[in-house]
Amino acid sequence: MKGNEVLAEAAMRAGCRFFFGYPITPQTELAAYMAKKLPLIGGTFLQAESEIAAINMVYGAAAAGARVMTSSSSPGVSLKGEGVSYMAGADCPGVIVNVERGGPGLGGIQPSQSDYFQATRALGHGDFYMPVLAPSTVQEMADLIYDAFDLADEYRTPTMILADGMIGQMMEPVLLPPERDLDSLPNKPWATSGHAGKREHNVINSLYLSPEKLEQTNFERFERYAEIQEKHQRQELMECDDADIVVVAFGAASRIARTAVRDARAKGIKAGLLRPITLWPFPTKAIEQVIASGASKFLSVELNMGQMVQDVRLAVNGRASVDFFGRTGGVLPTPEEVLAAIEAVAAGESVCQSAEPGAVGSLLPHPQHRKSSYERGE
Amino acid sequence: MAKPDCGSVTLPDYQQERIGSQIAEGETIKSARPHALTDAIFNYCPGCTHGIVNRLVAECIDELGIEGKTVGIAPVGCSVMMYDFMNCDMIEAAHGRAPAVATGVKRVHPDNVVFAYQGDGDLASIGTAETVHAATRGEKITVIFINNAIYGMTGGQMAPTSLPNQVTQTSPYGRDVSKVGYPVRIAEMVSTLDGVAYVERVTCDSRKHIMQAKKAIKKAFQNQIDGIGYSLVEVVSTCPTNWGMTPLDAFQWLRDNMLPYYPLGVYKDVVADGFANAAEAALDRAKDCPIAQQKKEA
Repeated sequence: MKGNEVLAEAAMRAGCRFFFGYPITPQTELAAYMAKKLPLIGGTFLQAESEIAAINMVYGAAAAGARVMTSSSSPGVSLKGEGVSYMAGADCPGVIVNVERGGPGLGGIQPSQSDYFQATRALGHGDFYMPVLAPSTVQEMADLIYDAFDLADEYRTPTMILADGMIGQMMEPVLLPPERDLDSLPNKPWATSGHAGKREHNVINSLYLSPEKLEQTNFERFERYAEIQEKHQRQELMECDDADIVVVAFGAASRIARTAVRDARAKGIKAGLLRPITLWPFPTKAIEQVIASGASKFLSVELNMGQMVQDVRLAVNGRASVDFFGRTGGVLPTPEEVLAAIEAVAAGESVCQSAEPGAVGSLLPHPQHRKSSYERGE
Repeated sequence: MAKPDCGSVTLPDYQQERIGSQIAEGETIKSARPHALTDAIFNYCPGCTHGIVNRLVAECIDELGIEGKTVGIAPVGCSVMMYDFMNCDMIEAAHGRAPAVATGVKRVHPDNVVFAYQGDGDLASIGTAETVHAATRGEKITVIFINNAIYGMTGGQMAPTSLPNQVTQTSPYGRDVSKVGYPVRIAEMVSTLDGVAYVERVTCDSRKHIMQAKKAIKKAFQNQIDGIGYSLVEVVSTCPTNWGMTPLDAFQWLRDNMLPYYPLGVYKDVVADGFANAAEAALDRAKDCPIAQQKKEA
C-alpha cells in the first residue's frame, strides 16, 4: 500500500470515524481513501470549503468527543494553525497529518522537511506544544498514527504526524494494526455532546480574560507537556554504542542517512545513527546516552536549511561539535553526498560555511557540499 | 416557606430553588428566568439587544425541552460572552468559524440540537466562507445572527453591515461606498442558497417585534429538530455604546436607518412553500437538470 493510504487505513483501525479535509498535493491519496472507505463503516468524510473550515470542523468534532483527524500538506497546514491553537487552548484531542512539501510560499510538491520548526515550535499563536511523530517507513505510518490517537486522547492535545511526500507516495509491505473496538475508546466526560440533564453543562473554551487564570491554565498544560517529555520520547539508535560521529536524521532523510552510516562503517569510520521518532518531545535522553558513550561529533542531516539541528545543539549544549548537512526545495541528497559529509566531519572539517552557532549563513552548505557528484558532472 | 403565587404560571422547581427565597408571600411572578440561562448576570452594555436575544434563545430551548441535547457555539465578538450565560453545553470558537465547529458537532451527534450565535463581523466578514458553505451544505443547524452594523467588542470599527455614510472608528468620515463598497445583506444572500430551509430577519426594538423574533428563533430550532434543514435568523440589533447614542436614540436610529436598509420579514421558508424540507425544495429548483434529479441508491 502507499504510505498515504496506510495512514488512512490505520487511522480508521484506531477508531477514527471523522475526517475533514481540503484537497492538496502530496497528501491526495489519504483523503481519497477516506472518501471511499469511511462511509462504508458508518463514518463521515467531509470535504470542507477551506483548510481553516476543515480544522474547525475537527475542533467541533473533537469537542463533541469523537476520534477525528485532518490531513494536508505544508501550505495547507499553515492555514490550520489557527484551529490547532484553539484546540490546544481548549484541550481538544485530534490528529493532524502533514505530508510535507517544499516551501516557503507555494514552494513545490517534492518531499521536504522544512516544516520542522512549524510543527515543533507550536503550529499557531500562543504558548503550546503538541506531540509530533515522524514516520520513516510505510510500516511506521501505520504504527505511529495508531499511537497518535491514543496520545491525543490521553493528554487532550492535538497531535501531529509529520511525514513527507516521499514516504506518503512510497509503496512498502505493511502489517496493519488490529481494528480498535469502539467501545474500548476512552470516555470523555468533558465533551460537549448535550448534558441530557445528567451533569452540569460543559464548556469548551480557550478564552480567559483574567491573566492569572490564563497563566494558571497554561501552567497546568505545561505540567502535562512535562509528563509527555518524560514518558514519550522515542527514537531508534543504530550503531551508536561505540560511535564517535552520530548522524541525527528523521523521516525520509534518515533512510538516506542509514545507508551513508553503513557505508561510513565499511570505511572504518565510527559512525552511528540517531533517528528521532518523536520530534516533540525531542529525544534529549538519547542524546545524553550517546554523549555518555563517547560521541564527540554530531551531524544533523535534514531535507531543509537546518531546523532540527537547533534541537540537537540545545540537547548537546556545547559538549560535542554539531554540524549540519541538508538539501532543500524537494531535492533529495544521495547516500554518497551524506557519506561525504560524514567523512568531512570525521576529518575535522565543517560541512557548513561556519559551524559557529548563530553565525550568519552558518547552516549554508560549503560550496563543495551543495551539489552531488552527479550534479557537478563528475 | 410557601410557594409564591405565580398567577397563571406555575413556578418550576428550579426557580423555587433559585429565587423562591427572594419572593415575598403574595407577590406575583409574571416572568421567570429560563432554566437554559445560568445565574450569571449579563454584562452587555445598557440598551444592547444581545441580552434580549440570549434570553429568547434560552426561552425557546426551555419551551422545546431540548436543553439536555443542545450544544451552542459562541465565536469571537460580544457573542462570545454567551457561553457564560447558557446552561446547555457550549463551545467557544475562533472568529468566523462557528458554522464549521457546529458542522463538526452535528456530524458527530446528529441528534443534538446545534446552534451558532454570531455577530456581523464574525458571520458576514471573516466567516463568510464558513457561513455560505454550511448553509449550502444544508447543515441541519440553527444560526442566530446579530447584525448591529458595527464591531462592538473591539470598540466600534466599520462592519460589513455598516450602513452607507455611517461613521465608525475606521470610517471616520462615514462609510464611503465608492471606496469600500456596500453592506452585505445576509438574509437576502443566504436565502438564495439551496440547502437552506428558513431565513427570517427580525428585530427587538419593541414588545411586538421581540415576540416576532422569538417566534422566528423557535421555528429555526424546530426546523432543526424536524430535520428540515439549515435555518438562519438575522436580528437587526443596536450598539448604543459604539454608535455613541443613548439606548432610546439607538432604537430610533435603528428604526430610521437600519430597518429601511435591512427590511424585516421571511426571506425563505421551504415549508411555507409547500416542501417537506430543504432538500425537496432544492430538487424542485433544479428540476430541469437531469443529473441533479438522479436518485441516490440508499
